Formats: sequence, structure tokens, C-alpha cells
Amino acid sequence: MNKGRRDVLKGAGGTAVLGLALAAGLFRSGGARADWNKAAFETKSLSDAVKAMGGGAPVESKDIVITSPDIAENGAVVPFTIASKLPKTASIAILVEKNPNILAADFQFPDGTEPWVNTRVKMGQTSNVIALVKADGKFYYASKEVKVTLGGCGG
Amino acid sequence: MSDPMKIRATMAGDKVEVKVLMSHEMETGQRKDSKGATVPAWFIQNVTATHNGKTVLSAEWGPAVSKNPFLSFRFAGGKPGDKVIITWTDNKGDKRTDEATIS
Repeated sequence: MNKGRRDVLKGAGGTAVLGLALAAGLFRSGGARADWNKAAFETKSLSDAVKAMGGGAPVESKDIVITSPDIAENGAVVPFTIASKLPKTASIAILVEKNPNILAADFQFPDGTEPWVNTRVKMGQTSNVIALVKADGKFYYASKEVKVTLGGCGG
Repeated sequence: MSDPMKIRATMAGDKVEVKVLMSHEMETGQRKDSKGATVPAWFIQNVTATHNGKTVLSAEWGPAVSKNPFLSFRFAGGKPGDKVIITWTDNKGDKRTDEATIS
């Protein structure tokens, strides 16, 4: 990704004319999308990821339920279902602690959409998987260890 | 151009359950090819689902989402015959939009 262009985008925030020019040209070419939190996807720890999302220290919560296999034979495709019972859940993110970058995906739930999501992520190795929930402006998390047996022998 | 998404939207009680299977390499940027050169990252960054013009889910993804991503979610306020429209955009700026009718 083009670091220089990202900086240009940041600097141009207040300039309407330049902003329009960027919207017409650069945005369409991709690579530096305004609605993708590049900083958060480059973090390596839960606290840094939350910081990049604009939050403080997350609180552990039992109202977040992670459903996944305890042992994944294929780390390339590990299914996760995350449900949040926290009132005013606005987003659910899935983080894999030992992946090169911790944040895998972040889902935003408008009013009327159940705070529930089912998806599949890659895991490089056995790791804690963290579900990070933003509810009523605060961050909460739950974690679960998932063992990955590379090679698919089930050992 | 990528292959179409497979989208299924069905009523589950008073909610609509949407299941989406996308066709995408989701290359991490960590892998090396047979010559030892790093395969550049290529992955879906943004996913948006709308129903009657209203966004019902939006997502930001990193390269750790599995190849040919699967996604399922549930929203209220839909009825059979309504359309659910899903759009993804990847880090190269490629875009794909598909729709399904709620049954």
C-alpha cells in the first residue's frame, strides 16, 4: 500500500476542493480506501487494535459468546460465530492473537441487525481468538483458545 | 471480473437470515511463490449489505478472512420478495455487487 498517498489523504481532510478531486480520482483506484481502518489492521495486540479503533482499555465480558471448533484441522478455514448480548452492540471484531496482524475482520451492526455474525478466518497457528465488541461506546471482549493442527492429520 | 456471490436470504422467525459465499483469493501478502517472490496481498476490504436502501451490515476485512469468504448475519424488517444487495470492494479497487430475493 502507498504510504505517501495515505498521508496526502490525511492532510487533505479539510480542503474541500482537493477532497473532491481525490474522490473523483484516487479513491476509485483503490489501495487507500477512506472507509478501511488501515491503522487497526496493522496492529499486533488487542490494546493497540482498540486504540486504533478509538477506544480505551477493553473489559472482559461474559455476554459475548464465541462458537468455534476447539481444534481446527485446517487453519486456513476456521469457522466462528460471535454473538453479543451487550445492549447497544454496534460492532463485533474478530482478532487472532498469533496472526501476523491481530485484526481479522470488523462488522458494524446498524439498529435492526442482530449482533450476531458467522464467518471463517485464517489462523497461522494455535492461538487465542478474541471477539471484541463495541457497545454503547465502550469496548468489551471475550477470548477462546483454538488449537490448529497444521497438515490436517488431526493429531 | 470475479465470479458472482452466492447469496441466500431466508426468513428465520421474524428476521431475515442472509448467507453469502464470495469468490475471492484473499491473498495475505505473506506467502511466497515458487521463485521466492512475495505474492502481493489481494483481499476484500469492505463489505456492505443493504435492504430497501438501508445498510443492514457493513464490514471491514483484513487478509485473515478465509479464501472464498463466507458470511452470515440476521436483520429485522425484511419480508419475502424483498431484495438484499451485497457489495464488496477489494484492495485493488475491484468491486462486485450481487443481490438475492428473500424467500
